[in-house]
Amino acid sequence: MNDSPLCELFWRSVKRGRMIIEMDTSERGGAEVLHRYELNGAYDEMYSAVDHPRKQYRPLHNLLLNLGADELRRSKHEADQSFFNQGITFTVYGNDKGTERIFPHDLLPRIITATEWEKIERGLAQRITALNLFLKDVYHDAKIIADGVVPGSIIYTCKHYRREMRGIKVPRDVYVTVVGTDLIRNPEGNFVVLEDNLRVPSGVSYMLTSRRVMKQIFPGLFQKCRVRPIEQYSQVLLSTLRSLAPEGRSEPTVVLLTPGSYNSAYFEHTYLARQMGIELVEGRDLVVHDNVVYMRTTFGLQRVDVIYRRIDDDYLDPLVFEHGSSLGAVGLFNAYRAGNVAFANALGTGVADDKAIYAYVPKIIRYYLDQDPILEGVETLLMSDPAQRDHVCQRMNEYVVKAVGESGGYGMLIGPHSTEEQRSEFRDKIQAQPRNYIAQPTINLSTAPCFVDGSIEPRHVDLRPYVLYGEKITVIPGGLTRVALRKGSLVVNSSQGGGSKDTWVLQN
Amino acid sequence: MLSRVADSLYWMSRYFERADNAARVLKATYGLILNPAKFSTEERWFRAVSSLAPGAASNNVDPQRALFLLVADPEGAFSIVKCISGARENARQVREEISSEMWEQLNKLFHEVTGSELQPNDDAAAMRVVTLVREGSYRFSGVTAATMNHDEAWHFIQLGKYIERACNLCVLLDAYFAVDKHADDLDWVGLLSSCAAFEAYCKACTAELRPDRIANFLLLKPEFPYSVRYSLDRMHEALMAISSLSLSRRTDKIERLIGRLRSMVAYVQVSEVFRNLHKYLAEIIEQCRDLHAAVHEVYIDYPIEVAFET
Repeated sequence: MNDSPLCELFWRSVKRGRMIIEMDTSERGGAEVLHRYELNGAYDEMYSAVDHPRKQYRPLHNLLLNLGADELRRSKHEADQSFFNQGITFTVYGNDKGTERIFPHDLLPRIITATEWEKIERGLAQRITALNLFLKDVYHDAKIIADGVVPGSIIYTCKHYRREMRGIKVPRDVYVTVVGTDLIRNPEGNFVVLEDNLRVPSGVSYMLTSRRVMKQIFPGLFQKCRVRPIEQYSQVLLSTLRSLAPEGRSEPTVVLLTPGSYNSAYFEHTYLARQMGIELVEGRDLVVHDNVVYMRTTFGLQRVDVIYRRIDDDYLDPLVFEHGSSLGAVGLFNAYRAGNVAFANALGTGVADDKAIYAYVPKIIRYYLDQDPILEGVETLLMSDPAQRDHVCQRMNEYVVKAVGESGGYGMLIGPHSTEEQRSEFRDKIQAQPRNYIAQPTINLSTAPCFVDGSIEPRHVDLRPYVLYGEKITVIPGGLTRVALRKGSLVVNSSQGGGSKDTWVLQN
Repeated sequence: MLSRVADSLYWMSRYFERADNAARVLKATYGLILNPAKFSTEERWFRAVSSLAPGAASNNVDPQRALFLLVADPEGAFSIVKCISGARENARQVREEISSEMWEQLNKLFHEVTGSELQPNDDAAAMRVVTLVREGSYRFSGVTAATMNHDEAWHFIQLGKYIERACNLCVLLDAYFAVDKHADDLDWVGLLSSCAAFEAYCKACTAELRPDRIANFLLLKPEFPYSVRYSLDRMHEALMAISSLSLSRRTDKIERLIGRLRSMVAYVQVSEVFRNLHKYLAEIIEQCRDLHAAVHEVYIDYPIEVAFET
């Protein structure tokens, strides 16, 4: 019973109360569900060549050969039902009825070998160490500017640069506690960094819950593959947050600050708060008195030491930032400045994930760590540079153009998939605000097998691993694989029709 | 516990109990109107509507629409579907406080009762919703009791459930006894079934249906979960537990209020009550309202200055 498809079928029949194992590969037509799988020149996660599955994918591949479309459809339905009943949903804005949808997900896991992961892990740790040093430098001595490595004109014009953070000491000098870096795999098969998300990265709850569902759906396969666990995420996050508490607070109170139940990531906020056993607070629950933050409880006011905030900088404190915002609480920033409360992540971290700064990250790594970057980035052209700008404007159909301060797939032009009208619109925008745009060559993201309309087809994917930084750096072995579910699409953002997959990092 | 969270748990529980109460009453009423009797269908619907949606009651209740309105009226604040949505919306605000099992039950029930748009004349579909809510309510209570810590959050849930139940029972008793001279056995069965009490009553008092015994049972019986006495006892327990957990000052006011309210059902004979039942029931409802306001003032929405005094 060690052969995985057999084992899997066995499990399935047990689950359905049928003890008879029907198994005859030849008769079932084998690759029925795989007949529409066409390699398109991108790196394929499963096949190294037609009909040659990579070693790490063989157990899954065998299983697929033996499962019919109906069986897969049933599993998909079972998974959907599980997501729905658990309320694993995201909120769709601007839709009055049925504002909650289940997070679109794909049934099949994405598999990463131990060797591939080892490099990702080292690369991310290196990159985040350097970016954190960069933030500390930017908000204190700004040596990197004085040494001419990154121009001040770029740093100080970042949309997310926060002047108010100048000279503020943050606990342990850790600015970026929670990071979700977006990686993609290029046609040569190397992982490269596409984007650093250093502000309030989301999606980790989908990683955790889809793992739970996958264990239910593919227990045999999961066991056979020897997948590294990710379930420790919440514990590591909690201890990371606690390590940021102000000195002398031996039993610190950690809370998660949410914008409220109408936020698209509200499910994640409740999920993490519950997993960590901490209070989920809204701005209106917090009171600041004498530069100390309290929350309003049924037995009076209770002091708060660490705030894992899932609200953007701008909305945290109406006294300092957006004056009209009611999401945060009045006086939070002063309490922070006084060192009486810690935020994770710190404020102003967005300066380091600005897409123009991204172009300088290799230099930043060399400057602070004196090392070569382990993970490459994507070649990035700054539109503030006249020569590069002209170059891109003439060949816009070859490039992806992005607004520097945006995320979530907004404010983006994908050259090869654009119309002339869209290109000229972006050309105008670039000319008007060159600092606001960068361009990158279009990269053919790798493809992974997905279950779509009753058969298995390749779809483009990226990978968002999660990194926690407190006393030390922890890279969680897994992550969110995001899928562009539309055929041929390169946009994986959930706000733009993307879905997710469970990501299996294998043990040695 | 966060004040906002306590408030949401309390209201989640109240809304659920309100939906369940409506489901019980509608099920009993729907059973009654199938039988011909002294009371006209209109009168019976009027009684149901006036006990469930006091504001909406009028003398010309359209019996064809009453069931639909009480189950699914999209505008009415009292319909079962509205109450279940209210319960779920409150639960959604405090997802991290309640157990996953509770959320799954409530979420599932919500999707079942809102899944298909109810048509005004489809009685069978409306009654399916009623049944779903009845069953869902037992499941939710069971899952809540079995999966949660019985701590402060639990006590706020209990408080919401039983304050709602006590008030609903009083309103319902008032509606039935206001016309007691005409009531026949069938209607008394209707009242008892509205409180899920028929079998329990028969066990305790035999199947002889006497108004004073029925009133005694539904008002003063400490052992029966759908009696006013039982509800007030549970409220008392919950409030004492909350105040013992709380370092807060000013809980003495709440203790006085619940003590007095409880004595109204603990130290009284049904014959005394019968002298002016309407006034007696109104008094209980009034005191429940005072208690609700006091809880809000002490635990939920207290002024900051007060918090720093201690």
